[in-house]
Order: sequence, then C-alpha cells, then structure tokens
Amino acid sequence: MPVARVENVTRDYAIGEFKTQALRGVSLEIESGEFLTLVGPSGSGKTTLLQLIGCLDQPTSGKVWINGQDVGRLSRNQRAEIRQSTIGFIFQFYALIPTLSAYENVEMPLLLGKIGAAERRERVMHLLEAVGLADRVDHRPDQLSGGEQQRTAVARALATNPTMVLADEPTANLDTANGQQVMEIMLRLNHETGVTFVFATHDPRVIKYARRVITLRDGIVVANGQAPAAAED
Amino acid sequence: MKELLKIAYRGLGRNRRRTLLSALALGLGVALLLLMAAFVEGEMRDSLEQGIRLESGHLQVRARDYDASKASLAWEDLVETPDIIAAQIATLAPVRAAAPRLYASGILLSGDESLGVRVVGLDPTSATSDIYREGLRGGDWLAADDREGVLIGETLAARRNLEVGNRITLLVNTSNGDVDEQRFVIRGIYNTNTPGYDQNNILMPLSKAQAISQAGGRASIIWVALDDMFQAEAVAAALSSEQYEVKTWEQMNEFLLSIESYAGAMMAVFYLIVLGITATVVVNAMVMAVFERTREIGVLAAIGMKSRRIMALFLIESFLLAVIGVVMGLVLGGVGVYYASTQGVYLGSLTTDMGVTGLLMSDRIYGYLTPQDATMLVIAAFAVTLLASLYPAMLAAHMEPVQALHGGEA
Repeated sequence: MPVARVENVTRDYAIGEFKTQALRGVSLEIESGEFLTLVGPSGSGKTTLLQLIGCLDQPTSGKVWINGQDVGRLSRNQRAEIRQSTIGFIFQFYALIPTLSAYENVEMPLLLGKIGAAERRERVMHLLEAVGLADRVDHRPDQLSGGEQQRTAVARALATNPTMVLADEPTANLDTANGQQVMEIMLRLNHETGVTFVFATHDPRVIKYARRVITLRDGIVVANGQAPAAAED
Repeated sequence: MKELLKIAYRGLGRNRRRTLLSALALGLGVALLLLMAAFVEGEMRDSLEQGIRLESGHLQVRARDYDASKASLAWEDLVETPDIIAAQIATLAPVRAAAPRLYASGILLSGDESLGVRVVGLDPTSATSDIYREGLRGGDWLAADDREGVLIGETLAARRNLEVGNRITLLVNTSNGDVDEQRFVIRGIYNTNTPGYDQNNILMPLSKAQAISQAGGRASIIWVALDDMFQAEAVAAALSSEQYEVKTWEQMNEFLLSIESYAGAMMAVFYLIVLGITATVVVNAMVMAVFERTREIGVLAAIGMKSRRIMALFLIESFLLAVIGVVMGLVLGGVGVYYASTQGVYLGSLTTDMGVTGLLMSDRIYGYLTPQDATMLVIAAFAVTLLASLYPAMLAAHMEPVQALHGGEA
C-alpha cells in the first residue's frame, strides 16, 4: 500500500476576483521508503501538492489518501492528529519556536503525542545525535547557525517516527556545505529508518540525491521517472 | 499543559516592555478600583457611623406621629414625661445611656446675616452628650440650668466669625406655631469632625429649649445608646408600647443602607468600565502577539497541535499577563489603601457642601477595604481579561495552517 496516493487533484485559489488553478488534475503514488523530489519552476504547484499530501490543505476536487485513509473525509482535528502521528515537516525557513531550545523544539511533537518522559528524552537525544547536535541541545534557535537550525528541524520532523517527511525547499536558505550536510543526513536517515522523504525543490544539489523525480509545470505532472529530470533553473 | 505553560510564559518574555506596560495598565486599573472601593466603603461606613453618632443613636423612643425631618413641636408629636421614661430605659442592662432631646427649627441672626439652624436641647449631664463634650474646642461646657448659654459648631463659628462670649440672636419655632426671639451667649464651640453637622446645630440645655419652644416638659425623642449596637432589635422589642414607637438605628438609617447597596451596584458598573478599558490594552497586546507569531502558529498546527490547544496557549498567556497585572495592582493598590486607611484624606469643611442631603460626612475620610471587595475585584479582573482574550485566542486557533505558515497570506 502506498504511503500517499493523490488522485486527479485540483486546487484553486481565489485572489480577489481572479481565480488561479495551482493544480490542474494531478495523480501520483508515493511508496514507503522513497526518497522523492518534486521539481518545477516557481508557481508550478510543488508547494501546493506538498501541502495537500501533508494534510495542511484540502483539494478543490480529487482525493488524497494517506496510509490508505481518505483524508478529505477527516475533520480539522483528525487531520491535525494525522500530521502529528504520521507526517513530519521541514520548511524552507527553519520554523523552530524561537523561545524553545533545540531539545524542546524536537520534543514538542512528542509532547503533543503524549509520549512518556523517559521515552521522549531517549528519542530526542538520539535524533539530536543523529543530526550532529548532541552538544547544542540547550541552545535556542538564535544561538544556532542556519545549518544547525535546519538540522534541528530535521530531528523534529522525525521525532514521532512518522511514515513520511515532507520538506519544502529545505536547502534554499543554506550554503552549499550546509545544504549538502542536511541532505546527506536525510539520505542516511532514509536508509536507516525507511522513512519516506518527499522534497519540493528547484535546487539541483537536492535533485541529485533523489531516486525519483516528479516534474510539475503549470499545475500538472509533466515527467515522473527514476532518472533525475533536467533542472528547471 | 506543561508545554503550553512553558511556551506561554516564554512568549511573555519576548517583548518584555510590551508585557510590562500591558500588565501595568491592568495593574493601575486594579489599584485605582481597590482605592475607589476602599473609599466608597470607608465613606459609607463613616456616614453610617456619623448618622448613628449624631442623628439616630442606637435607638429612639418617640411619638407615633413624630416626623424627624420636620422637627415638629406640636404637643401630640412629642414624648410626655421624657425624664421618667429615659430613667426607666437607662435601668435596662444593655443600655449604656438614655436621655431626652428636643429638636426645634430656628434662624440664627448675627450681624446682617441670617441662617437656618436646628436647635438641639440636650441633657448636658448625660453620657449621650459626651460626643459634644469631648469635642469642645473652646469655652465651657453647658450647665443644665444655663438660661442663656449655647454651644455652636466650629464650622459655623469659622464661617460667621463667631467666638466664645459673642452674643447671637435666635428665632425659634414654638409649639403653638409662633416664633420666639431671644439673645444668647456663645459659651463654647464644639467640633464633631462632621462639618455639615457642626454648621447647622446649635446646642442648649434641654430645659431652656423646652422653655423657648413652649414644649412644656416634653421632648422630641429619647436618645438611647447601647453597649452593643446589634442588641438594638432585642431592646426595641422590650421597649415597645402602645403610645410610643421605638426605632432602631437600622430603621432610622434605612436611606443610608439603601444608598450603600446602590453604591455597590454603581461600583460593579465602574469595575466593568475600568477593567473593560484595561482589557483592551491586554487584547491589543495579545492580538499583536498573535500576528507576530502567525508563522509559529502555522508550525505548531503543522506538527499537529489542535485548534483548542492553540487557543489554550494564548489564553494561558493572557492569564499569566493578568497574574502579573493583578499582582502589580494589589501591590500598588495595597500601598494606596494602607495609606488611605491609616492616614485618611482630609476634606475639611468641603464636606459641608458636597454629598447627598441627609448624609453626614467626616472632615477626614478613611479608606476601608473589605476582603469581599478585594476578592470580587481580583476575580473580575481575571474574568474580564480572559473574556477579552477569547478574541485573540480564537483568532490564533482558527488560522488555516497553510495561511499561517505563509505569515498570514494565502
């Protein structure tokens, strides 16, 4: 069973009197353990598709299944539960809570999931070690570099042992060395834990790590293949 | 819950100046209201105390038709053989003192000016007259057989430039409806610390008042002072008779007691107005916090925080802000109330010209804060603040995760 299935999905946005169609009938399946990239130019619908798969948004038409469950039928709270238990997010801006330490940021999804204190501590420390931040646990985001913040975000995305991690332009704000480090950590975690990773990007440095590349243009899938597609930029 | 408390607490620390200023607004509101509540309660208590001390006593025995506001001198409205009745009442155990008093309306003539006054005929030897004897500021106390001496209040003396030894002319109503005129000597000047009373009441021995008003041996009332004022009902029941009625201090100060409950209702409205204003400051701070943290709200929603938890987060933050504000208010207000209740505020003879007719006010008002008032105010401050914070909390809770993640834009 695919971890995510999208069937003939459209998503319209109304901006004033104008209606724009961000997605115009997209269908795809994402299998467990994939390391997949969504590519396409700005406005091609990558982020919108990622948000629909992540249950952050709902399609105008079509269906989205996560682990076999039709999420279109779920309430706002039920979608929050799915996000909490099944999906991890990494954003372009590092999206950490600025008043919480690296440790507390990674711990937050576990607190929402009501995981016991001992298990929380073990998981948080394990993940912070895995992303190379064991000695930075008590630092707040403003005391961490951009790369360290994004690695903290990776650790947080994996905290609840999700089946899928969705990353929107995860390296866009990082220099080459840090971007590479983050990608290699995610690739390693994908190998070690079997967690599915889906990236939306137009960064060729990210695309080269992908095992499957789906290319979007003007809201439709124009290529879906194993070999890296040509970078758009 | 613990994590919400942690985020909320640290959220307040992000913009310390804004947090402190918002809390201070609430604190000043609470402090102001504490002080107001203390003064209103202090004034009410003072008025009741002055009313009992100067106008009603704990009990009064009087003719059924007697109208205290008219100071009627018609014989049928007066108490006959008041000395005998007073002596009998004084033998009761709970009674500290009892003595007749006669009230008559009059006009004071001094120089070219005239002024409406009330003539109070009292027994100079009775303990019921102690309040005037103790308040004697100059001259001598009255002798029971003094035929031309009077005591005037300090306020009146000051306003009319009168001194001990000066002569004044009094026109006094009589029982048969005439007016009698006589010259008197100011024997002394008294001060009850109640300027409104001291301006209007001229004291003379009961026998002289009876003579000038042609009341015979009669009196307007028998003034009864008790050791314990809360025995008034019981003593009144024991004194009841066919001929006379017995009024307790509660009955005689009904007006004042009704003003007190009216003042309570007014204070409640005032609480809501002041706290409503301070709540807008808190709401403003919280709305700014919500907008500044829109993206964080999106992140919290993305990692699975449900709407009601996001709402709880901002309500907790408001609650913590209210705690800081209320503590500030209690400290500031506490200092103010302590000063007001120990030092008081001196109003002097201002109180003769202000306030409600029939309400006696001391020249110095002391604050009095009841635990009920303080508790009510603290509860009201929290309730109004939290109620007002529902708006920013709901604003945060109802944000669409996608829009919030993009900083509020679609």
